[in-house]
Amino acid sequence: MTAQAVLFYVFGILAVVGALGMLLNFRNIVASAMSLVVTMVALGAVYVTLEAYLVAAIQIMVYGGAIVVLFLFVVMLLNLSIDELPPGGQRFIKFAVGLGGLLILVRVLRAILGDPSAFAAPETLPDGYGGYAQLGVALYTDYVLLVEIASLLLLAAIVGALILAKRKIG
Amino acid sequence: MPIEPVVKVLFILVVMVVGIAPVITWIERKQSAVMQDRIGANRADLSGITILGLLHPAADVIKLMTKEDVVPDGANRVLHLLSPLIAAVPAIIAFAVIPYGGVYQFGDTTINLVGADIDWGLLYIFAIGSIAAYGTVIAGWSSNNNWSMLGGLRASAQMISYEVTMGLTVVGVFMVFQTLRLTDMALAQDSIFWLFGIIPLPAWGIIYQPLGFLMFLTAIMAENKRPPFDIPEGESEIIAGYHLEYSGMRFGLFFMSEFIEIIIIAALTATIFLGGWAVPYLSTDVIIDAIASKMGVGFATGLCMLIHFATFMLKVFVMIWVQMLLRWSLPRFRYDQVMSLCWKIILPLSIANIFVTGLVILLVKGSG
Amino acid sequence: MVPIQHVIALSVILFGLGVIGVAMRRNIIVILMSIELMLNAANLAFVGFNRMWPVSDGAPALDGQVFVLIVITVAASEVAVGLGILLSMFRNRDSVNVEEVNLLKW
Repeated sequence: MTAQAVLFYVFGILAVVGALGMLLNFRNIVASAMSLVVTMVALGAVYVTLEAYLVAAIQIMVYGGAIVVLFLFVVMLLNLSIDELPPGGQRFIKFAVGLGGLLILVRVLRAILGDPSAFAAPETLPDGYGGYAQLGVALYTDYVLLVEIASLLLLAAIVGALILAKRKIG
Repeated sequence: MPIEPVVKVLFILVVMVVGIAPVITWIERKQSAVMQDRIGANRADLSGITILGLLHPAADVIKLMTKEDVVPDGANRVLHLLSPLIAAVPAIIAFAVIPYGGVYQFGDTTINLVGADIDWGLLYIFAIGSIAAYGTVIAGWSSNNNWSMLGGLRASAQMISYEVTMGLTVVGVFMVFQTLRLTDMALAQDSIFWLFGIIPLPAWGIIYQPLGFLMFLTAIMAENKRPPFDIPEGESEIIAGYHLEYSGMRFGLFFMSEFIEIIIIAALTATIFLGGWAVPYLSTDVIIDAIASKMGVGFATGLCMLIHFATFMLKVFVMIWVQMLLRWSLPRFRYDQVMSLCWKIILPLSIANIFVTGLVILLVKGSG
Repeated sequence: MVPIQHVIALSVILFGLGVIGVAMRRNIIVILMSIELMLNAANLAFVGFNRMWPVSDGAPALDGQVFVLIVITVAASEVAVGLGILLSMFRNRDSVNVEEVNLLKW
């Protein structure tokens, strides 16, 4: 087992633990958000082991450093916390739904992992794979329309968020 | 057992973190004293010998470690405990990609004086810098205190705003040096740049991007919440803000992480804009040839390594001195001034910088 | 390199946890965070598959990673707008319990 593979499993397990921490924190939203940060950074490390370096850096910067901070902002500004566990019978339904989801998940996982078909990953990668040079070239030559549409989408999101969050004066 | 990474990690931890950070507390006290025409702290002594106050950092550490560790009543204990760590760890691991020297050949062994020579070194520093924002946010929230919460909110808004501008200001440097690998950036500054073809200048980043240097220094000092940008810990406004409820070594960790980030800022600025380990006007080959003519090539390479390391540390201390100078001469900015500086002044200027840099590169390369 | 099944298995686990989060929790913020988790799982699948087939017709192909960048952009804008909606909802009914948003229920 190469160091790359070991690190993949370590950070993969860390990502799953972070996701579970996010889901199972019933009383404290800030702790949920911090578990989500753990998941995001662990996924960034997983991308590094998969040799997608620019995507890893952007994942940590944007997801871990901006999106979850935005969540934390809103939680702290509004001082949010609700009573998570619903009364009586509904609690049973919620947990039953969760358990059903878990069972489907285990079934799917058994289907994926149980079939050792011959998909071998190429060991030699092209030079500069996952680096910013190649990704930049791809973004600005083949996918320049996608970049422009993404910028328009961001503009629409900024305007939309501003209007939604604005306090009405008077 | 790989010796080299262990030596590098030990060097970073022992020399840079534990060694230099306390020296910076001494520098802060003495430099502010000199600037304010007073003596500064010089009472800490070891059986009557005070070495200009150099024992004060040791006294500080002893004081912080022996103080009572208070956790406020309604605070979230786990997050209260974790936030100094979340603030300190990104500051320490940023040392991994800073080049302390170039690449040296000793016969058939190559020594690369950098912890991890990764291709996207500058992006790595920005990525973990964005994680450092959580330390202050969680510290502010988990202390169950209005003033801490205010400090934490202000800190998070300031830090995520200046992350954006910090990234944009170095795009100009990126365009000039065409690489994000910090070792290559330092290597590219190891030559002479002929201004108008007749004036020799060291090919440093500050010559190519003076505006970028100023904006980057501003943005990264604001990111570190150093005065004049220390609104989050504004001592006269919100009683020490987000680290109000921290005492003893937990406060010591916050304090230390701020000073370690001062070293990071100095090292980064030195590497990107001030030529890193490169001696001005004397490139590596010139030095090695000059010494090798008297002694052997092996000795020349070793001496060159030491010269480069000393040059780098000299530049780091110059930048630390500059940051201390700025800290003790400028009053604290108001919060809306900090935000408008980021979004209304530095951001448009950095985009204009990118545009002008691109234009100049196009004209220079297009004609040559 | 890890076998591709394990990468996809990790992606499926994260996606499943995200779906369970959306179905099980009542707090809108946790639901939004679970949606982010689902998007991340999809990103991981993209990156994994791109690592499996890094060349197409002899030239290196980074399509998966380009799309991951776009998905990150979309997720960021979606979070911004989603939190704006949450702010409006909180101002109007002073609660972020998703079960109380039921005026259009029959």
